[in-house]
Amino acid sequence: MNTTIDDQQTGSVTPTDHETPTTLIRPSRGWVALNLRDLWNYRELLYFLTWRDIKVRYKQTVLGAAWAVLQPFLTMVVFSVFFGQLAKVPSDGIPYPIFSYCALLPWSYFSGALDRASNSLVGSSHLITKVYFPRLAIPISAVTAGLVDFGIAFVVLLGMMIYYSFTPTIAVLTLPLFLLLAVATALAVGLWLSALNVQYRDVRYTIPFLTQFWLFATPIAYSSSLVPEQWRTWYGLNPMAGVVEGFRWALLGKEPPTSLLAVSAVVVVLLLIGGLYYFRRMEKTFADVV
Amino acid sequence: MIFNPKTRTWGLYIDSEMVVGDVAVHIENLSKQYRIGGPQARYKTMRETLIDMAAAPARRLRRFGRPAPPEETIWALKDVTFDVERGQVVGIIGRNGAGKTTLLRILSRITEPTEGYAEIKGRVGSLLEVGTGFHPELTGRENIYLNGAILGMRRVEIDRKFDEIVAFSEIEKFLDTPVKRYSSGMYVRLAFSVAAHLEPEILLVDEVLAVGDAAFQKKCLGKMGDVASEGRTVLFVSHNMAAVAGLCQRALLLENGRKNVDGPVSNVIARYGDLLDQARTGDLTSVNDRGGTGAVKTTSIWWVDSQGAHLSMLQSGQTVELRIAYAAKHALRDPSFLVGVYDSLSRRVFFLDSSESGGLPETLPPRGIVRCLIEDLPLPAGSYRLNLAILAEHELADHVTHAAEIQVLGGDFFGSGVLKRHRRVCLLKHRWDVADLTQDR
Repeated sequence: MNTTIDDQQTGSVTPTDHETPTTLIRPSRGWVALNLRDLWNYRELLYFLTWRDIKVRYKQTVLGAAWAVLQPFLTMVVFSVFFGQLAKVPSDGIPYPIFSYCALLPWSYFSGALDRASNSLVGSSHLITKVYFPRLAIPISAVTAGLVDFGIAFVVLLGMMIYYSFTPTIAVLTLPLFLLLAVATALAVGLWLSALNVQYRDVRYTIPFLTQFWLFATPIAYSSSLVPEQWRTWYGLNPMAGVVEGFRWALLGKEPPTSLLAVSAVVVVLLLIGGLYYFRRMEKTFADVV
Repeated sequence: MIFNPKTRTWGLYIDSEMVVGDVAVHIENLSKQYRIGGPQARYKTMRETLIDMAAAPARRLRRFGRPAPPEETIWALKDVTFDVERGQVVGIIGRNGAGKTTLLRILSRITEPTEGYAEIKGRVGSLLEVGTGFHPELTGRENIYLNGAILGMRRVEIDRKFDEIVAFSEIEKFLDTPVKRYSSGMYVRLAFSVAAHLEPEILLVDEVLAVGDAAFQKKCLGKMGDVASEGRTVLFVSHNMAAVAGLCQRALLLENGRKNVDGPVSNVIARYGDLLDQARTGDLTSVNDRGGTGAVKTTSIWWVDSQGAHLSMLQSGQTVELRIAYAAKHALRDPSFLVGVYDSLSRRVFFLDSSESGGLPETLPPRGIVRCLIEDLPLPAGSYRLNLAILAEHELADHVTHAAEIQVLGGDFFGSGVLKRHRRVCLLKHRWDVADLTQDR
């Protein structure tokens, strides 16, 4: 028996030649490396899985991609009637419809992505038990596929901005960052929930409640200025509060929610790193348990 | 420390394998443990885990001083060690639950071993089923790309082989139809075609040839043969002994998770036959799933050769005897024994009816063995299944589906020493002749 010196991680593919990669298969113990390079090697699969999710989404529906618009738009109408007109929730001087739609846009992306990501592993059990690829590709593709819907719904927002004659400030250039924050939040929470869902099917039943509570804990129907000044920074512990306030700042020109955003960003980074490691740790049991 | 240029690793010392063979797959003490209850029933609800956690301190207290009861586990694979040289085609055989699939799942990195390790040099492609990841809503064209990517092909590679894949699958006309509208045959053909164009250096295959119609199966076998002859390393799990014998030079027999025999394919298949004999003597007394009035029951079924020796596998062209032992309360009046022989696609190849062919008396004793002689067995190599029925006084008295399974290996059917792998359901004795017309002038 020969002892190899280079200590390769389980399953890592290390090209010893350009021609012949060597795969070492052995039991892993405890926490394992993220091995994002392996994921990079499978980027084409990531692309195809995302592409599949997008293609299949509205097959055999009458309205097709219109659903991407209808969901946030109708919620906006309901919110405008009940919260804006009847309850007269203050909206920082911004017309209520655009005030709520601007928040519903990242929210409906987030809640959809979270739901899909959390159920993604269980839904792909036929793949997990039959073929190898970095399992991270599954929740990641579930999260990124939702971006197309976001893009479609965003066009409606542009229409509303013209209607209410909002001219975006230079702050609009930061919008991709807030979108990235929303994606990262959905992925971070989705990683935890999808891995837990493999082990405990309770998760599936928890998600509708979770998103419902989360909706009200996020300043969508109301403004974060409703929260007392001294607590506002800590409101950022809910990363979606950071996302929503960031969207409103970038598009509608409210004052920048700097400290709240900083807290959100830190929370998301911690959640994401924790989620990635937890996911990798649980990954080896997926095929046996799912 | 000695540097081994082949493996590009440093070793403490050189063992024989490092010097002699170009080893593509090195497996050492590979073991996999499962908790009993089956992998599929193992996810718990959160409530159970919480209760377990809450009850754990109390349990530990009660157990104080005593060793923990061992968890009920099973070794699906235990201490399997072997090497596969580059270019070798190795068949992995064994009964259900012997650990064949577990071995392939570990080598494909779907699941981790509990102990031991494996080292694979080269790009690995694994086919544990065909059509993995096919989406019913997507078209054939789209599924080729999706499935190819899932199997580990690059996009440019799929682009390059696309036409070849389509041609092989014979579904050109339906390329832009969603696969949910495909017939199952078309679906399987497309799925296999994608898989067949995977070009890894090391291919792991599990039973995927047991799909599609016979024509396509032969085509698949041919393709597998090509793959093998191209010098690629193949590990091939199958129940089809004819396919294993035809494709592999070497075979490995697994039994209860352990390696039983490893060697030339013919020896290993023979050993597997012995193993089947030990396990199943064709005893049917314990079979409860039967039809008929129950006035008579078949107690066992087995095959013997012309010398009366027990056979675990048959050969094309062999003269064999099928023996059926039965038991009844009274003598059987007007009996007929019916045997249906089905191929791996569940097509009935033969139907043996004693009332047609004659030979049985009008009354049979309450217990006995009926014998059915078959000369020059006209079955080509493959796996067959037998259904059995007994009629007494024109009433169905006993009916056992899947009463026996039999492997037929190729043989010298025509006495010519040649039996090719043509696509056919049965063999027919025939003779060719020629009339020379040049002599007539």
